[in-house]
Amino acid sequence: MSDASVSVENKMRAWPGSTSGLQPYTGTWDTPQVVHLLKRTTFGASVADINYFKGLSMSASVDALLTPTAVPVTQPLNNYGADATGVAPYQTWIGQGLLYQDKNLNASRVASMQCWWIGQMLGSGRSIHEKMTLFWHNHFAVDATAHYSDTPAQLWYNQYLTIRANALGNFQAMVKAITLDPAMLIFLNGNTNVSTSPNENYGRELQELYTEGKGVNSLYTQDDVHNAARVLTGHTVDVNYNYSFLPGNHDFGDKAFSAYYSNHIVTGYAGAAGAGEVDDMLGMLLGTQECAKFICRELYNFFVYYVDDDTVETNIITPLANVFRQSGYDITTVLSTLFKSQHFYDMVYAGACIIKSPLDFLIGLCREYAVAMPDVSNPAGQYSAWNMILQQSISQQQEILAIPVVAGWYAYYESPAYHELWINSVTYPGRNYYTDLLMSTGDMMNGTPLVIDPIAFAKSLPNPSDPVQLVSDSLNVLISPPVSASSQELLMRTILLSNLTNNAYWTQAWLAYIANPSDMTNYSTVFNRLQAFYKYLMDLPEYQLS
Amino acid sequence: MQRRDFIKIAAPLATVFPALLCGLNVKAYSALPFMGGWTGEGAADNDHVLVLIQLFGGNDGLNTVIPIDKYGAYQNLRSNIAIPQSSILTLGPNDKSGLHPAMTGLRALYNNDQLAVIQGVTYPSPDESHFRATDIYLTGSDSTQYLNTGWVGRFLGQTYTNFPNGYPNATMPDPLAIQIGSVLSPTFMSTGGFTAMAVPEDVDFYSLINGITGPEPNTPMGTELTYLRTVARQTNKYATVVEAASAKVTQQYSGYPANNDLATQLKTVARLVAGGLKTKVYMVNMSGFDTHGAQVQGGDTTSGNHAVLLGQVSDAIAAFMKDLKFLGVDKRVLGMTFSEFGRRIVSNGSLGTDHGAGQPVFVFGDAANTGILGNTPDMPATLDVEAVVPLQYDFRSVYSTILRDWFCVPASDVDTMLLNNYQYLPFIKGTACNNTIDDLNNIGDSVIINYPNPFSDSTNITYTTQGGHTLVQVFDVAGHLITVLVDQVYIGTGTYSVTFNTTYLASGIYYARFQNGSVQQVKTMLKVTQ
Repeated sequence: MSDASVSVENKMRAWPGSTSGLQPYTGTWDTPQVVHLLKRTTFGASVADINYFKGLSMSASVDALLTPTAVPVTQPLNNYGADATGVAPYQTWIGQGLLYQDKNLNASRVASMQCWWIGQMLGSGRSIHEKMTLFWHNHFAVDATAHYSDTPAQLWYNQYLTIRANALGNFQAMVKAITLDPAMLIFLNGNTNVSTSPNENYGRELQELYTEGKGVNSLYTQDDVHNAARVLTGHTVDVNYNYSFLPGNHDFGDKAFSAYYSNHIVTGYAGAAGAGEVDDMLGMLLGTQECAKFICRELYNFFVYYVDDDTVETNIITPLANVFRQSGYDITTVLSTLFKSQHFYDMVYAGACIIKSPLDFLIGLCREYAVAMPDVSNPAGQYSAWNMILQQSISQQQEILAIPVVAGWYAYYESPAYHELWINSVTYPGRNYYTDLLMSTGDMMNGTPLVIDPIAFAKSLPNPSDPVQLVSDSLNVLISPPVSASSQELLMRTILLSNLTNNAYWTQAWLAYIANPSDMTNYSTVFNRLQAFYKYLMDLPEYQLS
Repeated sequence: MQRRDFIKIAAPLATVFPALLCGLNVKAYSALPFMGGWTGEGAADNDHVLVLIQLFGGNDGLNTVIPIDKYGAYQNLRSNIAIPQSSILTLGPNDKSGLHPAMTGLRALYNNDQLAVIQGVTYPSPDESHFRATDIYLTGSDSTQYLNTGWVGRFLGQTYTNFPNGYPNATMPDPLAIQIGSVLSPTFMSTGGFTAMAVPEDVDFYSLINGITGPEPNTPMGTELTYLRTVARQTNKYATVVEAASAKVTQQYSGYPANNDLATQLKTVARLVAGGLKTKVYMVNMSGFDTHGAQVQGGDTTSGNHAVLLGQVSDAIAAFMKDLKFLGVDKRVLGMTFSEFGRRIVSNGSLGTDHGAGQPVFVFGDAANTGILGNTPDMPATLDVEAVVPLQYDFRSVYSTILRDWFCVPASDVDTMLLNNYQYLPFIKGTACNNTIDDLNNIGDSVIINYPNPFSDSTNITYTTQGGHTLVQVFDVAGHLITVLVDQVYIGTGTYSVTFNTTYLASGIYYARFQNGSVQQVKTMLKVTQ
C-alpha cells in the first residue's frame, strides 16, 4: 500500500474493511470465523455452540442457522398479580379479555409480553430466528407502551408471532401480513383510513420505512403516498380487534402511481374484491430495484457494518439486491448469500466493528457465560430473571416493544453515528456497572439471582489448567478484536498468577480445585482470580464490539 | 411517545481506561503547602499518603534482614546461601541484625532516621500457597476467613462514606487510591466497589505501558474502538485531575536508577503526590521473589537473583525518598514493603529457599520510627526443613498501626476497618498523629521464660505483664497455632505462671509467644522424649 493511499484512507471516517464482494467464501473455517458468524447472527457465541459449528462446514453452519425454529410452546403468563379478568398468577392471559378500558392491566400484560420476549431471545438456540425477528421488529417499529389504552396486549403478541412466522420467509408476504396486522392498523391509523377521508400515515411509512426507503434513488411522490392510502382504505379492525375489510369504506377508484413506479395503475374494485388491491400495490412497491436495495442496506447495516459507501454499494448492495429480487424476495436466500460471502468473512479481523446493541450485549453475555436461569417449572423465577434483563435493556435504551420512533432505534438509521449511539457517558459506565455486578454479587429480583459463574465458564474451555490457553480461549469467546500476545501475557501474569513468574502455580491451583472443589481455599483461589479476570475483560472497550 | 429516563449510575472506578494519560510537557510548577503533625479525626482530615510496595513471590527475609547475633546458627542452617558476615550492612551499634549488602539505599535511610524494620510479620497458621497467602495479606483475613473486601478498601470506604456515590466532590476531588499498572489489586475492593483507579506506570510514555491497550488499526474495528475508548476516557471522572496533577510537576530528582521498574513506578507516585492529588494510598509492585532456585550465585552468595532484586528495591526506595524531599512532600509520605510470606529458615539444595511464613516488613519515611522491632528468630542447630520464621507481629498489627498512627484514624474505627482489634506497634513517630507511642526500649529480654527447657511432659511458662490485655500463644515450627494459654486482661503489673501440658504433642521445637500492649516476645521451647 502506498503512502498516498494510506493518507487517503486515514481521512475517511470509516474504511469498509473489505473490498471483496459476494463470491462464496472458501477460506479457513475455525474458531474466529465461527465466533464471527455466531455473534452476528445470534446473541453471543457460547463455547458449546462454537464447538458445534466448528464440526460443520461453513456452508452447513449457515444453513443450520437459517433454518426456522418451532413456534414457541409457551405463552406470556400473568407475572403481575391481580387480574380483573380472572387470570390466575402464572397462567397465560392470552385469549383472556380485551381490556379496552383497563389501561393498567393492559400495561401489566405488555410488560409480561416484554419479559416473555426476552425469554424467547435467551432460548433462541443455534438459530438466527429470534435475531431476525428482532431485526424485523426494528424495521416495523412500534411502541406498545404508548398504546396501553387502545391496543390490547394480545395484539402485540399476535404481531410478534406474525413477524416471527415471516422472518425467514417471503418479504412480500411479511409486508402484507404486517399491513393487515391489527396492532399495526391501530398503531399507524389504518383502522380509520376510509375513502371519505383517507389517512396517509400508513401509506407513507409503508414506502418510506418499510419498502422504498429514503435513499437518493427512492423517488416516490406525495401523490404515491396518497394513492397508497387510497388502496388501503377499508382495511380495519372490528370490535373484537380482529382484522376486517369493510368494502363500504374502500375507495374503489383506480390509483395511478408515479413514474418511479413506472406509472403503474392499481385498478380499483368495489366490494370484497377491493381487498385484493393490496397485493397489486405490494407487487408494484417490491418491483423497484430500490426496494430490494433498501432492505439489503438495512441487513448490511445490522449484520455487517453501518458504512455504506460506493464500494459497498457496488460490491454488496447492488448484487445482493439482485439476488433478493431474483429469489422473489426470499429472505433466507439473501441472508445465505451474505453469510457465505468472502466479504462477510473478511470482516473477521478487520471488522469487529458492530457495537453490541443493549440486547445483543445482555442476551449475549447470558448465553456466552451460560448464566443459570430458572426453568419452566419455576415461572416466577423465570419472569424475574427475564425482567432483570428487560430492565437493564430499558436503561441501556433498547426497550423491546417500545421503540421510540417509527423509523426504529436511532442506532440503526441515524447517520453518521449509527451504532455508536448506543454508547454514551451514561450507558457506557452502565454496561460496565452491570457486568461488574453480574460478575460479583449478581443482580437479584424477588429472590431470583442473576449471576455469572466464572469457574463454570472456565471449566467449559478446552484446557483451563494451562493459564496461557485459558487466557487465549477466553478471549476467543469474549473479545472479538485481536489481543496481542504481550497483552495476553500481561493479563495472565497480573491477574491469574498474581504476578508470579511460574505458570505452574496456576495449574496447581486449578488442579487442586478440580480435585477438591469444596475446599474453601481451593475454591477462593481460582474463583477470585477468574472473577477479576473476566470482570477486567468485560470492562474493556473491546468487549462492546462484535 | 413515552418519556424515557437515563438511570443514574455510579460509574465504577474499577474500569481501567487505557490511554488515560497523555505525554506531558508543561511548564508551571507549584509546590504544595505542607501540613505537619495533625490531630484531626481521621484520614480525610490530613494530607498523609501511604505507598504500598508489594513484592510478589515471597521474599526471603532471613537474607534480607540478616541475623548478626545468631550468625553462626544462621550460617549453619543455610550454608549454601548464607551472606558472609563481613558483607552484612550493619545498622545501629546495638542492632542484632543487618541488611543484605545490596541494600545500601535502605541503610542510608536507616542512618537518616527514616526506616523501621518489623521482624517476624505473619499470622497464626500461615498458608504457604502464593495465591491464598496473597489474598490473606490483601484482604486482611485470618487464615480460615474468606473476605471479599480488601483492608485498604474497607479503610477508604469507611473514611469516604457512600463512595462512589457523590464522588468526586469538593472535599475529595481525586481518586481515593491509585494503583500503578493496569490491573487493580483486590486490596482496594470495598463494599461499594473498587476504591482505586489504575494509572499507567510511566505517564510520560503512556502508549508503551498501558496494559492491554493495543493499537487502533485503520479498519472499521479500529474506528469503533477509538470511539469506545474516547467515551471510556471521558467517562472516567478522575482522568482530568490525574493528568493535571502530573502536568504540574516538570522537574523531578534526576537520580532514579535506570532499568528499574519499581523506580519508574515510584517516580510516577512522587509526581502525582507532588502534583497535589489528595489520594491517600498508592500501590506499586515488583515480581520475582519466588527464589526456589539460584537465589544466590554459587561461590558468591552476595550476588545472584535475590541480590539484584533487593538492590532494585533499595535503590528505588532511596531515589523515591530523595525525590519526595526534592519535591517538598517528603513529610507527607509513608511507605511499606510486604510480600505474601517469608521463606523457610533452612535453605534447599538448589541455592534457594522454599515457601515460609514470617517476614521482615520495611516502613520508610520521615515518620518512620527508626529501629528494628522484634528479635532475630531463634535458630536451633538442628531444625526441621519445614520450619518457618515464627510469628512475632501479626501483619494486621502493621495495618492497624498505620491506620491509627499515620492516618490518625480513631482506634474504634480501626477495629471496624480491620474487623478485629490488633496490637499497635511503635514503628511510627508519635508526631504524625500526635499519638502517644509505647517505648519498647527498656522491656528486657525475658518477659517470657519457661522451665524446664528442654522438657518432656510439661513446662512452666512465666511471663511479666504491664497490665491490660495479655496473650500467650504456642506455635509449632510450621507456624500452626497449637494453643492459647493466656488471653485475659490484667489490672496492673505482675508476673504470672501457666503450665503448658505437652503430653499429646510430638517432640520438637515449639514457640511461646507473649503479647501485651505493644510488647511481644517469642521464647523457643524444646520438647524431648524421655
